[in-house]
Amino acid sequence: MYRYDQYDYRIVRERVAQFSDQVRRRLSGELKEEEFMPLRLQNGLYMQIHGYMLRIAVPYGLISSEQMRMFAHIARQYDRGYGHFTTRQNIQFNWLKLQDVPSILADLASVEMHAIQTSGNCVRNITSDEFAGVAQDEVVDTRPYAEILRQWSTFHPEFAYLPRKFKIAISGAKEDRAAIYAHDIGLSVIKNAQGEIGFRVLVGGGLGRTPIIGVEISDFISWQHILTYVESILRVYNQYGRRDNKYKARIKILVKALGIDEFKRQVEEDWEHLKDGSGTLTTEEVDRVCSFFIDPAYERLPNDDSKLNEFKADSRSFSNWMLRNVLPHRQPGYAIVVLSMKKVGNVPGDATAEQMEVMAELADRYSFGELRITHKQNVVLADVRKKDLISLWQEATAHELTEPNFGLLTDIISCPGAEFCTLANARSIPLAKMIAERFENIDFQHDIGDISLNISGCMNACGQHHIGNIGITGVEKKDHEEWYQVSIGGSEGNESSLGKIIGPSFSFNQVPEVIDRLLQVYLRNRIETERFIDTVRRIGLAPFKDYVYAAELTEEEAVDDKHAVVPAQYDIPYYSPRF
Amino acid sequence: MKIIKNKTIVEDNWIILRLGEQQSPESVLIPDGKIIVPLQVWLQQREALLKRSELGVWLASDERAELLKDDVDKFSVIAVDFPKFSDGRSYSIAYNLRVRLGYTGELRAIGDVLRDQLFYMQRVGFDAFEPRPDRKIEDAIKGLSDFSEFYQKSVDQKLPLFRRVQRSRNPTSVRN
Repeated sequence: MYRYDQYDYRIVRERVAQFSDQVRRRLSGELKEEEFMPLRLQNGLYMQIHGYMLRIAVPYGLISSEQMRMFAHIARQYDRGYGHFTTRQNIQFNWLKLQDVPSILADLASVEMHAIQTSGNCVRNITSDEFAGVAQDEVVDTRPYAEILRQWSTFHPEFAYLPRKFKIAISGAKEDRAAIYAHDIGLSVIKNAQGEIGFRVLVGGGLGRTPIIGVEISDFISWQHILTYVESILRVYNQYGRRDNKYKARIKILVKALGIDEFKRQVEEDWEHLKDGSGTLTTEEVDRVCSFFIDPAYERLPNDDSKLNEFKADSRSFSNWMLRNVLPHRQPGYAIVVLSMKKVGNVPGDATAEQMEVMAELADRYSFGELRITHKQNVVLADVRKKDLISLWQEATAHELTEPNFGLLTDIISCPGAEFCTLANARSIPLAKMIAERFENIDFQHDIGDISLNISGCMNACGQHHIGNIGITGVEKKDHEEWYQVSIGGSEGNESSLGKIIGPSFSFNQVPEVIDRLLQVYLRNRIETERFIDTVRRIGLAPFKDYVYAAELTEEEAVDDKHAVVPAQYDIPYYSPRF
Repeated sequence: MKIIKNKTIVEDNWIILRLGEQQSPESVLIPDGKIIVPLQVWLQQREALLKRSELGVWLASDERAELLKDDVDKFSVIAVDFPKFSDGRSYSIAYNLRVRLGYTGELRAIGDVLRDQLFYMQRVGFDAFEPRPDRKIEDAIKGLSDFSEFYQKSVDQKLPLFRRVQRSRNPTSVRN
């Protein structure tokens, strides 16, 4: 993986000093909260209901075991012993004290990490395919380009105060695993007929209140020009994106308003002045960055391991795990392993300090010391020898890391929800837990097969509900009760689509029954191995809607107090935005 | 009044003319002396203003640098306004003035100008800053030296880091 040189170190250390001084000025009262806010947000520091949350950047989801151990250290030393992996491949800590943040950033810098631009109206962490470099369907390894874009976007002086946040994702495989259609800029690294590397560029995708699938602005920008092309897109957006209404400020609204042809014309007019200039990438630089992403020292191994088959026959749990959470690798004798952060009963995406240390240890022993955070809030060991799978599974199982549910119903994406977030209308995590408990039966889940269930506590869509096969959104009602809208038919990947709302919203305790009815309609109508999303596409919304609303809904037993969150205690006054 | 110019605190006697609600760019009277007029006043009273020995102009964040095409050498100072520190359009205006229009004179940041933006402002071509009057200018100037290195090209540094220095390759990889 990429390693810092003196320049990367210098920039990150100077950032620690700068932010530490900003915190000092805030604590001394020199900076008012309204002035500190955009500064802390550029550094991923949010003020949530109960405390400060820090989001740490995991560039394109890739980390070393040493960095994972640092997360465990932060969880223990400064937080409540756990962290939360996010849908943008980052990690966040929910219970920090403002005065500790400078020390945390210094700790992070010592392992080549930071929290730069993990929030705020700037270019955010670049996300990518969690299987980059190892997937069988990969055309071009995205990691070097993601790193080059990371460096280009870090402290870009012109684009730090954009109309709104700006998210870039890159995919380089036949199947899009980076949700590039749901990003402000989606990049697909491809090869043209001559075998030259370039980018198909999508623009104006995004979720939030106005979900829009990105549209193509260019079918091929050769690799040398990608930085200048992205720069021109951002310059047009920075000047003309709306700033009068934050809900209409994303680039998707500008692209819609101008139309893609006019938007493209403006971008390329600007680009005419940059193209072939000093911002053009060089072969030397790409070659240098690529040198950090060469294959690890793979052994020559047979592709099949007879012991695995024997053990699979003996252990149902193991064979279920092999079926779902172990994926084919392009190197014979190796496999990709998805460690599930979705154990039923646990918070989706959460890992304890102990689990982080175990994962770091497993990475060191079985996967060349590297891990990847996925946008579905799981952790991947990308280079595991098949002959190690049994021992890896046994060790990981002891730490609740082998729920065999990757891509299944309980592999739920969930935002933090109203227990933590000031924006949310409703709780997400307790709902995710309740749904997972209801459908815990793994045989049932395997029977249902591939499905995605995404939960957001409000229409800002951090839980990406629009692209869930089943999407759940907390909606605001006058009575301050929690209500949820349910949509179906959303999906990510090559055939991205946005879900459609099935009808009037439901109470917290009705949602599991609603899901159950949706699944019943699917089971009755599916043809052979058809996936849930395919059935929805084939038969449409109506049969689902009719059945869900046909009879009165039963309510699960109320779980109101079961997951109550205990507020943090602060020495320094903490003015909660909500209370 | 004190401003930051070329990384030092200096006395400055330019006056920025901001139009009142009752005033119009066509008819507003421009006092004698060193005045920085709004872009609209320049566009409306161009002929009269050209007779002055020294003139400055300022752009609002929703105005475009291109409106000064072919005129930039007529000003001793061009200022760009930041109505709110979170309004980032003026960074692109500065970039366009320097790069697209080739302006080489004094480029001044005015309005909601605070210490923590100065580094970015300097990178996109500002060389003069009027920090918000309720802040100590001695503190604000520190913002110019927050970083000693950066990755990307802009106005102050025409080459990205990868074209300026020899950077490290992965020591374990063999050069091919």
